[in-house]
Amino acid sequence: MIEAEGLTKFYGPIAAIKDVSFQVKKGEIVGFLGPNGAGKSTTIRILTCYMPPTSGTARVDGLDCMERSLEIRKKIGYLPENVPLYRDSTVRRFLRFAASAKGISGGKIEKEVRRVVGMCGLEKEVNRIISHLSKGYRQRVGLAQALISDPPVLVLDEPTIGLDPTQIIEIRHLVQELGHNRTILLSSHILPEVAQICGRVLIISKGEIVATDSPKNLTSQLQKTTRIMLEVSSPAIEIAPAIEKIRGVQRVEADAEGSGKFIIEADPSSDVRPDIARMVVEKGAGLLELRAVQLSLEEIFMQLVTREEIAEKAPSLEETSHVEVAE
Amino acid sequence: MKGFWPVYKKELYATFASPIFYAVAFIFLVVTGIFFYLILDYFNHLSFELAQNPMFARQVNVMEIALRSFFLNLSFILLFLAPLITMRLYAEERRSGTIELLFTYPISDSAAVAGKFAASATAYLLLLVGTMPGIITFALIASPAWKPIVAGYLGTFMIGCSFISLGLFTSSLTQNQIISAFAAFGMLLILWFIGETATLLGPGLGSVAEYLSVTRHFDAFAKGVLDSRDLIYYLLFVTLFLFLTHRQMNSYRWRG
Repeated sequence: MIEAEGLTKFYGPIAAIKDVSFQVKKGEIVGFLGPNGAGKSTTIRILTCYMPPTSGTARVDGLDCMERSLEIRKKIGYLPENVPLYRDSTVRRFLRFAASAKGISGGKIEKEVRRVVGMCGLEKEVNRIISHLSKGYRQRVGLAQALISDPPVLVLDEPTIGLDPTQIIEIRHLVQELGHNRTILLSSHILPEVAQICGRVLIISKGEIVATDSPKNLTSQLQKTTRIMLEVSSPAIEIAPAIEKIRGVQRVEADAEGSGKFIIEADPSSDVRPDIARMVVEKGAGLLELRAVQLSLEEIFMQLVTREEIAEKAPSLEETSHVEVAE
Repeated sequence: MKGFWPVYKKELYATFASPIFYAVAFIFLVVTGIFFYLILDYFNHLSFELAQNPMFARQVNVMEIALRSFFLNLSFILLFLAPLITMRLYAEERRSGTIELLFTYPISDSAAVAGKFAASATAYLLLLVGTMPGIITFALIASPAWKPIVAGYLGTFMIGCSFISLGLFTSSLTQNQIISAFAAFGMLLILWFIGETATLLGPGLGSVAEYLSVTRHFDAFAKGVLDSRDLIYYLLFVTLFLFLTHRQMNSYRWRG
C-alpha cells in the first residue's frame, strides 16, 4: 500500500533522510519509531505529498507521489505533527471545509461530518471554536479531519504527543479500532505505545532505517544475553562470586548494595537458572525470586539508535560495555 | 481547479470572522465618506463659479473633476488597506502550520491561490458597494452621466484586484503578517509613484515608467473611458502576481 524507495531529502546541505526504503502492506499497522530529529516527519511529509523528495520515489496504492499527487491525497488521511487546525473556526465549520476539500459533494457533507464527529467523540464540542478546546479535543479534531471521506490509508504523525495517559489510551483504542480495515502508518518516539498497537516497527535513526520487524522479533534478535533477576532473603551471605563461576554466566551485578537483588547476564544458549537455584539453596541464602527478564523495546531502541554514536565516542563510556554485550 | 470553492468559502469566512476586516471597512468607509463630502463641496463651489463665467464653463467638465478625484482618492486609501486584508492569506497558514493541511488535501495549488484571491476580491467588492449610497444620492440630485460612474467603479475594482494580487504574493513570502503587509505597502507605493518619475527619466525610460504606473492606467477609467490597454494592464498585473504566488508556494513545498 505504501512503498518508499531510496527516499532522500536534503534541506540545503543537510540530509534529513538518506536512502530510506520500506513497504507497508495493505491492512498493516506499522509504527515508525525514532528519536526527535531522526527524519520521521520528513519521511511522512513525502509520503503524504506535502513535499517532494530530493531523490527516490514514494508510492501509495501503486501511484507515484510526485505524478499523481492529487489522487493520492484523496486516499490518505493525514494527521500532521502538532495538529495544525484553523483555530478561529468552529469544529463543524472546519470539518465541513475538510469534507468539501476532500471532494465530498454538498448534500453528503453534513452526514460525513456527523460520522467522524461520532467516531472521535466530539458530539458536544461540535459548535465550539477550536482554539477554545483543550489539547485532547484538538487532537480528536485533528483525527476527525483525517478520517473524513474514509480514506484507506491513515498517516498519523505523533498522534499522542502531549496528551495525558487517559487520552493516550483513548487514542490508542481508536487507532486499533480503525486498523481493522485500514493501512496505518503511525510515528512516535514513545515505545510502549508502538509495541502495543503496531504489528511491525520501523526504527529510524539519523535519517536511516536501522531496523524493521515485529516488536517481538526485534526483542529476540537483539537479545544476545539472557537476563535473570535474582532475589535472596539474606544478602549477608556472599553468593555473587559463586554464581559467576557457573558455566554460562557472564556477569553478575548487585542491583543495590545489600538489597539481596542481583541482575545476572548469561549466555542464551543454555539455561542457567536450575544451576543458580541449586547454588543459592546450597549456600542457604534463601531464594525469593528467580526469573528471566525480557529486554524491553526501550533498551533495544537505545541500542539501535545509540550504536553509532557510541562507536564514535571514546570507548571509556559506561554504555560501551552494554553495546559490546549486545553485539 | 479542483478545490477552488472550498478554499474560497473558507477564506471568505475567515475574512469576515476576523476583526481586521471590520476595522478596514470602518476606516475605508469613513475616509471615503469624508472625501466624498469634500469633493461634493468643491464641486458646489466650482459649479457656482462657473455659472457666473459661462465661457470658461464650456471647457471644464465638472463631473470629470469631481468623480476622477473621488475614485483616485478611493484607490489611494485602498493602497493602505488592501495589504491589511491580504496579509493573513498565506502568512497565517504558514505560521500556524495549517499550510500542511492545505498542501495534503486534494486541492491543487492553483485552486488554492485562485480561491484565496477570489475571496479577498469579493470582500473588497463589498467595501466598494459600501461607498455606493453616497454616489447614488449624488446621482439622484445631480443627474450625472452614468457611464463615467460605472467605468470609475470598474477601474477602482480593477486597481483593487491588482493590489490584492500583490498582497497575496507578499503574504506567500513570509510567515509574519506584518512583514507581508509592509512589503505590500512598499511595492504598491513604488508602483503608485513610479509614473511621477517619468519627467525625470526622459522620453525613453519615462514612457516605460509611465506604462508601469498603476495610476496612469487608472486615469482613463476615472474619466469614464474604457481603454483595452488599461484593462489588459490590470489583467496582466493580476495574472503575474497570481503566477508568482503559485511559483512561490511551489518553491516553499520543495524547500519543505
